Amino acid sequence: MPESRDVLEVRGLYAGYGSVGVLHDVGLKVRMGEMVALLGANGAGKSTLLKAVLGFVETGKGDIIFEGKALGKVRPEAQIRRGVSLVPEGRMLFGPMTVLGNLELGAYSAGRGRQRQKAISAGLERAYALFPVLKERAHQVAQTLSGGEQQMLAIARALMCSPRLLVLDEPSLGLAPRVVAEIFSALETLRGEGMTMLIAEQDASLALKHADRGYVMRNGKVILEDAADALLANEHVSAIYLGSLAGEGEGG
Amino acid sequence: MSELLQFLIAGVKNGAIYALVALGFTVVFASTGAINFAQGEFFMLGGVLGVFFLRLGLPLPAAVLAAVLATAIIGGAFEALAIRPLSAGDPLKIIIVTIGGSVALRQFALHIFGPNEMIIAPFSSGPPIRFAGAAVERQTLWIWGLTLVTVACLAIVYQKTMLGKAMQATSLSHDGARLMGIDTKKMVTVAFVLSAALGAVAGLAVTPLTQTAFDVGAGIGVKGFTAAILGGLGNPLATVCGGIVLGLLESLAAGYFDPLYKDAVALVVLLGVLFVRPSGLAGLMRRGRG
Ligand SMILES: Nc1ncnc2c1ncn2[C@@H]1O[C@H](COP(=O)(O)OP(=O)(O)OP(=O)(O)O)[C@@H](O)[C@H]1O
Ligand SMILES: [Mg+2]
Repeated sequence: MPESRDVLEVRGLYAGYGSVGVLHDVGLKVRMGEMVALLGANGAGKSTLLKAVLGFVETGKGDIIFEGKALGKVRPEAQIRRGVSLVPEGRMLFGPMTVLGNLELGAYSAGRGRQRQKAISAGLERAYALFPVLKERAHQVAQTLSGGEQQMLAIARALMCSPRLLVLDEPSLGLAPRVVAEIFSALETLRGEGMTMLIAEQDASLALKHADRGYVMRNGKVILEDAADALLANEHVSAIYLGSLAGEGEGG
Repeated sequence: MSELLQFLIAGVKNGAIYALVALGFTVVFASTGAINFAQGEFFMLGGVLGVFFLRLGLPLPAAVLAAVLATAIIGGAFEALAIRPLSAGDPLKIIIVTIGGSVALRQFALHIFGPNEMIIAPFSSGPPIRFAGAAVERQTLWIWGLTLVTVACLAIVYQKTMLGKAMQATSLSHDGARLMGIDTKKMVTVAFVLSAALGAVAGLAVTPLTQTAFDVGAGIGVKGFTAAILGGLGNPLATVCGGIVLGLLESLAAGYFDPLYKDAVALVVLLGVLFVRPSGLAGLMRRGRG
């Protein structure tokens, strides 16, 4: 039975850019309702793995299994219909459009006409409850928001289509600690609602404080997998992040 | 005074046509980052197919509608057959394919419709309308009316419909749009369909005044391209202004200097824009991809 509770499973996956292989035999599981942290130094391959799951990079051998079904060639525009939503590196907001315009587009895949309107109003209610500042800024152009507000918008937009798996790529990047705390508290709220999440983070202690489990990547491989508190206590992990091993991940 | 007014009327008449063709360039540029050098051929197809459907015996409104639809379908088919197979939108490759496409469409028209000039009767008959000492041909009013309606429809599609918002999103960030579940390839097809329709409306509206033939596309393509560049290849309103300004400049140059200068104006404007913007077209292209 535990098998069926896996929302996402990546099995023996190879992926890269053109002829450059980046991921080698990567495996990972995210179970329903879990928050899973994906850790690793710069260039370890975290973003590449997330992009592979969303269909933005070419994959070779291996499987990506979502809700028990092995996906063949993955395309980003199909993933959101399946229920996988990404908050990408760089956020990819529609800068000259308003906050509201961005959020409406988040519900693009929720159907047509009436159905989509329903999804939009339900989604907006949830987004504004999670990040009240977005309601105040609804008619402001997205590119004029602060970095933190933009990250909130990116998360809110990814939620508009009611995904069953929310994937986040370094939501804390470049943000002040107070804003990071606000964003993670929103993610905690989502977890309380039963949202399944996979979060890539460089800030290991931050991510492990919130996550249930974690995976540590280096040079395109998963080198460690454990419960979050076990990883927090693991000397090897602190060595990677704080000590002498830190530079090695960037060699490749 | 009435002479100036006459020049202004002629300028805004041609300018409206340039504006429609320029909007076609802008719509495709927004979704692909590329210049569609076949845009002028859509203008040609609009007029030529209009003549074709009239000769089949369709009444004018039906013939106009059929010509616009047929051109739009040809535009979509052109994208699906020639542009889509290119691996993930390299603007330079797209540009080269559209140059080839323009030659192919011209030859297609030559073989089917022959080399002769063709004409459509004015959409409503009657003498020119006198106004403050100047004369406005009735077809000119049709040109203005059709341009206004077409631009308004385009604005509504872009601002109010989810399809238009998806097209905007595609032009702002391809990957961002795909994350939303937007089929960006479909949006590129839609852009070609729209731009073909825009070109066809322009070609139909102006044929009663200028006649048409298989080879009118290249000339109008240069004018529309210049207008689009003048408008910055982005904002639709600026694009329309670019068209009107070019039309006015041409008309004034032809009227006050020499009619022979008319066609040189577009080239001077094009060079002028490139001088003012040292980054030139390449700068525009980078910006267009956002
Ligand atoms: N578009 C690309 N083309 C070629 N190589 C790339 C590309 N993007 C990433 N890489 C390479 O893939 C490897 C993994 O990069 P990736 O972005 O997945 O790392 P990361 O773990 O997300 O790092 P960071 O914490 O800095 O975001 C790096 O060696 C990088 O140089
Ligand atoms: Mg990364």
